Amino acid sequence: MLAFDWDIILTQTFSQAFGTQAMVFALAAIGLNIHFGYTGLLNFGQVGFMAAGAYGVGMSVFWLDWGFWPGLPLGVFYCLALALILGIPTLRLRADYLAITTIAASESIRLFVRWRGNRDRTGAAEGINDFADPFYDLNTLFTRPGNRSYEFLFWEYRADDLWVMLIGWTTVVVLLLFTWQLMRSPWGRVLRAIREDEDAARALGKNAYSYKLQALAIGGVIGGIAGMLQAIDKQSVQPDTFNPIITFMIWTVLIVGGAGRVWSPVAGAMFFWGVISGLKAFMRELLDTNAEDELERFLNLSVINIDQVQFMIFGLTLMLFMRYRPQGFFGSREEMALDDR
Amino acid sequence: MTDDGTTTDGATATAEEFENPVEGVFDDVERTPGVAKPDPILVAENVVRRFGGLTAVDVDKVQIQRGAITALIGPNGAGKTTFFNLLTGFDKPDSGHVELNGKSIDGVASHRLAAQGMVRTFQLTKALSRLTVLENMMLGAKDQAGENILKALVSPLWRSQETSVEESARALIERFKLTHMTDEYAGTLSGGQRKLVEMARALMTDPELVMLDEPMAGVNPALTQSLLGHVKQLRAEGRSVVFVEHDMDVVSDISDWVVVMAEGRIIAEGPPASIAENQTVVDAYLGSHHDSELTFDDDDQPDHGGDDADEGAAEEADSDDSEPEPSAAVDEAADEERGDDDE
Repeated sequence: MLAFDWDIILTQTFSQAFGTQAMVFALAAIGLNIHFGYTGLLNFGQVGFMAAGAYGVGMSVFWLDWGFWPGLPLGVFYCLALALILGIPTLRLRADYLAITTIAASESIRLFVRWRGNRDRTGAAEGINDFADPFYDLNTLFTRPGNRSYEFLFWEYRADDLWVMLIGWTTVVVLLLFTWQLMRSPWGRVLRAIREDEDAARALGKNAYSYKLQALAIGGVIGGIAGMLQAIDKQSVQPDTFNPIITFMIWTVLIVGGAGRVWSPVAGAMFFWGVISGLKAFMRELLDTNAEDELERFLNLSVINIDQVQFMIFGLTLMLFMRYRPQGFFGSREEMALDDR
Repeated sequence: MTDDGTTTDGATATAEEFENPVEGVFDDVERTPGVAKPDPILVAENVVRRFGGLTAVDVDKVQIQRGAITALIGPNGAGKTTFFNLLTGFDKPDSGHVELNGKSIDGVASHRLAAQGMVRTFQLTKALSRLTVLENMMLGAKDQAGENILKALVSPLWRSQETSVEESARALIERFKLTHMTDEYAGTLSGGQRKLVEMARALMTDPELVMLDEPMAGVNPALTQSLLGHVKQLRAEGRSVVFVEHDMDVVSDISDWVVVMAEGRIIAEGPPASIAENQTVVDAYLGSHHDSELTFDDDDQPDHGGDDADEGAAEEADSDDSEPEPSAAVDEAADEERGDDDE
């Protein structure tokens, strides 16, 4: 009989569902939700904003010698600058142009910071490491020496991660409240009107261009905060962690949760990371059994390609999800069905 | 889709009740294109719009009388909607000059015109589908403090204004007999109800001048009557109305003055009765040779006889027996076009 260690699988699932990755993706998706879910902006370069935030922190320490804390406002500044550079020329045009521009810009950023000429500023391909100690020094709650691990039921985290999670999930809650307040205000009503029909909003005296720019900047800064927390968590910024695929994972998180709903980024991120980590742990366990040879022979499943298979199965899950629940966890099917005439 | 009964009942009865504050204003106005009006709210001069080699709009002069209902009619492709977009800031003319209330609005962004008292609707109705009817209405209110992002974060700064906006929104919803749909998504409304929502939403800006782009297109006859009643009510409230329309019947029923466009130009102006008998207008709708035999020249090309529609401009209708009755003919043409435009 197969002897599965379900404990490991469940621990992986639950720990990752609430872990730092899920937290970072939830934040990035909150930003994207303001862009796409509420304003209808097609931003396919959210990872570019994450990079802007992360490099703000890294470059403040590495290049400018300002230290860690000034890096946070610098990251915000980078994000605002990026939003203006992307938005000013494209937001007067049709929605597709922003999509093309953002995906190109996010790749340009990655290649630019990776460029050898920037070695003294961004660390080029090696990136910047070990710059976030001042952040961890504030941790008085969880014993740091030895970075010991804390366990509770199915949850298991290291002390450093717990500290990042505490700050990170608090930020998530604050930003959810922020989004909720904005979206129930007349300001949010204008955004949703622009999502439905920009010309109608304009005819009623709303400056659609200005609102779109504001939405792009706010969602971008929130994406930047996600990038900063990721950099802090890993104690490193590497250009190649800011691949376009990250953007599409953020989109997945948002769609699974249900675009245009305040809580959906959190639900989506927890589902995404929980399922994907659980799958991986499950396949590891599968390969530990005496069926290993059979699996390799019939499915080509082995320790080498477990990562690919994990994403294939997740892709299938997503397809089924979209087929049978296209509105995500929180969206309403009725609302999805309304045409955008 | 069905337009439900409550929106249409009763409105037909009230349609005639509103008085016309501009009765008689046009009595001394000449019936020629570009004629000056006693008290114009909107003036356009030498407005030209070209798309590549095509001149879509070339209007020498037109004035819109304050407080009246002015119809802008013309066959398909006459440039009505393009001209409409130029007047409302949704398109920029290549040259020309537009004044609202005596102030130039050349190059003024479309969203600023609402503050100056002009609001428009669209031919393809723009109900905001995933907003409720109430939200659609509340969006229309001007000068909302909560539309500033910083103030939006602090509810007490906009709560009381929001309450009063909601009150006036609900009052308008009731006036347009949509009360039962207040909390429904606008996307669930029928085509006719969307027209009502769009018109009501425009009124939330408390406009002086309401520009309606084909308000009656694709609406069933009963609801058309209701819409006509609402338009008359706008005039009774002292607002000016300009609307684009194909259907001569509708035009003659409610408009005080009719401006006819064809091939980008204003070809006739006058009260509805004079327009229905105007030979130029009939020609514009049906083509100038609709009643003559088709002949061919030496090269087997259709023979045009050398004259065009503009030559008939000065002629008043002195129709002979062989001609179809003018207003009926125009109606027919209009109905045909309308069929193409329905959503």
